[in-house]
Amino acid sequence: MTDILPFLKSLVSVSGLSGQEGPAAELIAEQWRSLVDETSRSRVGSLHGLKRGSGKAPRSSVMIATHMDAIGMRVSKITDGFLHITNVGGIDVRVLPGAAVTVHATGSGEQLPAVVGMPPARFLPESARDGVVAIDHLLADTGLLPREVARKVRVGDLVSFANEPLDLAGEVISGHTLDNRASVAALTVCLQELQNKPHIWDVWAVATVQEETSSLGAYSSAFELRPQIAIVVDATFAKGPGANGWQTFPLGKGVGLCMGPNLHPFLHGKLKELAERLEIPWFLDVTPAHSGTDAVAIQITAEGIPTALVEFPLRYMHTPVEAVAVKDVERLGRLLAEFISSLDAEFLDTIVWD
Amino acid sequence: MATVGSAQLKLLEKLCNASAVSGDEGEVRRIVLEEVKPYADEVRVDALGSVLAIRCGKGRKRTRVMLDAHMDEVGFMIVADDGEGLYRFETVGGIDVRHLVGKQVLVGREHVPGVIGAGPIHLMSAEEETRKVPLDALRIDVGPAGKVHVGDRAGFATKFRRSGPSILAKAIDDRIGVATLIELFRQSRPDIDLCAAFSVQEEIGLRGAKVAAQYFQPDLAIAIDSTPANDLPLYDGSENTTYNTKLGLGPAIYVADGSTLHDPRLVRFLQETAEAEGIPYQLRQPGGGGTDAAAIQRSLAGVPAVSVSVPHRYTHSPISVARLADWKNTLALLQAALKRIPPFFAAMH
Repeated sequence: MTDILPFLKSLVSVSGLSGQEGPAAELIAEQWRSLVDETSRSRVGSLHGLKRGSGKAPRSSVMIATHMDAIGMRVSKITDGFLHITNVGGIDVRVLPGAAVTVHATGSGEQLPAVVGMPPARFLPESARDGVVAIDHLLADTGLLPREVARKVRVGDLVSFANEPLDLAGEVISGHTLDNRASVAALTVCLQELQNKPHIWDVWAVATVQEETSSLGAYSSAFELRPQIAIVVDATFAKGPGANGWQTFPLGKGVGLCMGPNLHPFLHGKLKELAERLEIPWFLDVTPAHSGTDAVAIQITAEGIPTALVEFPLRYMHTPVEAVAVKDVERLGRLLAEFISSLDAEFLDTIVWD
Repeated sequence: MATVGSAQLKLLEKLCNASAVSGDEGEVRRIVLEEVKPYADEVRVDALGSVLAIRCGKGRKRTRVMLDAHMDEVGFMIVADDGEGLYRFETVGGIDVRHLVGKQVLVGREHVPGVIGAGPIHLMSAEEETRKVPLDALRIDVGPAGKVHVGDRAGFATKFRRSGPSILAKAIDDRIGVATLIELFRQSRPDIDLCAAFSVQEEIGLRGAKVAAQYFQPDLAIAIDSTPANDLPLYDGSENTTYNTKLGLGPAIYVADGSTLHDPRLVRFLQETAEAEGIPYQLRQPGGGGTDAAAIQRSLAGVPAVSVSVPHRYTHSPISVARLADWKNTLALLQAALKRIPPFFAAMH
């Protein structure tokens, strides 16, 4: 297996906000092309990579879904060269004042460096002066003259986080968009492992679009590809400053196997058995009603698809300094590859309730 | 006449990217020493860590001019080790805690990378999301295998960026003053003794400048700093009448701030100099705040002092924005002022 960290770093260095995932999709396709038999894009932009199994046709297929879209901002109005912004996906507004961002200016086709500025309290309505300043009152500033801004920037242009990833001590990487490009990296590790590991089933490696806004990519790809089963890979909450509840898990100490009504208990059980057998450290993550992932969509697509959810713990979710242990990403990749390799011709018939 | 060329910009970039939190200015001090030594008749690092450099003129009657720019920047100090690479910290200098969540930092002299995160909004009530995270709930996270030390300073990890007519960087306050003073020192004039104070601890009490003035015993002094430009639109579209300064209008000459009534003779002198030379300038709106001019003015038996600042937006935040034209005009104004100081000073007495 090759070291996945450089690819992960390049993954979080390209843009690809929800609805505009193109640059990320191209980079992923380039990486996957040598690992799968064919790649294509869905009608709404998700990336599909097909790695054919060795079984007799017609073969069953498993879809591994990792969303590639990123949260960010969008220009909503321009005043004297200052850009008013609104959110794309679930932005944590607390991180915005002083954030380094890039404005994707469609008027000129340039990527403009900018900062999100917090106006002094006296410039805001009295109700907005204390606490976190709402996104409506923050201004992105390119430092350009107003007439240059008017020429280059359009309402609707995307604004993405610009900070480069940082290596933290202990093989932890920190940056924006690790939710969920780290899952794309895990799926890439899986595809690398499958180069030397026989599998009977077809594998659909999928990088979905718009998970952060509507799970559009998950719905549409599951419908188009009609896999017999699906595994979603996404981030869960790591323990850390501000996060110590029952929903949080240690960073770098293993992968999450999620159970709950979105997820098929049989698949969950199989993944647990496999993790035990392979001595891959894992923890149980429970979601009483809603997993908050693409699994919600895939489960109810077409006539219903048995779906599992595997996770890596991520600190500081939806901030530009999200942190993930590289080891957890590699563990997920290995678990996925072993699971796919374990699927036999009879597997489908063994998926039962009670 | 110097302009702001690529060499000056490169130096400013190096200065802004360096870490020099008040009390630990070594990184900037080393750059300053290297830059001024070839031109200095005398250079010393004083008891507090300021770089005091003198370039002597040649004439018999030389005005002793003190120019000051502070080397330090706001930042943090590590105060407790919580284990597993997580550290408590305090702010050093005036930092709004709302600028901290989600930022990258560099810790200690080895620049150990770290981040300041916060709990995920997914696990919060809508009300909690709108509450600012207090300092004692924040940690610097250097990674589970990371080790830094209580007492280490930390600063924002912002990298200097250019954008059209502007720069986006941390610590423009007051590295742009340091870069200006280095340039002025290189081209000093024969009819003055130029006393350059690259001072420490401005952000936490103007300490370096106070003792530097005692040492130099200048005839007059100019503090070169960087002041907020609050030239942002108001939420309701009404006129912004409290902008302090505006980007693009040139050097900001101080009249009065929270700690100094700037010497009116020097204020007028700078205005007349700018007008005579055709250099744009603006008057900083009188109000709060303060610069090293306050400490210098009160030194000895009193020193006529004034402040000139390059304006910048988003003060004491991870990224400030300044205009290159304002820097260039500040440099031009101060060069012209140095040329005119001897006759002006003679007439003052």
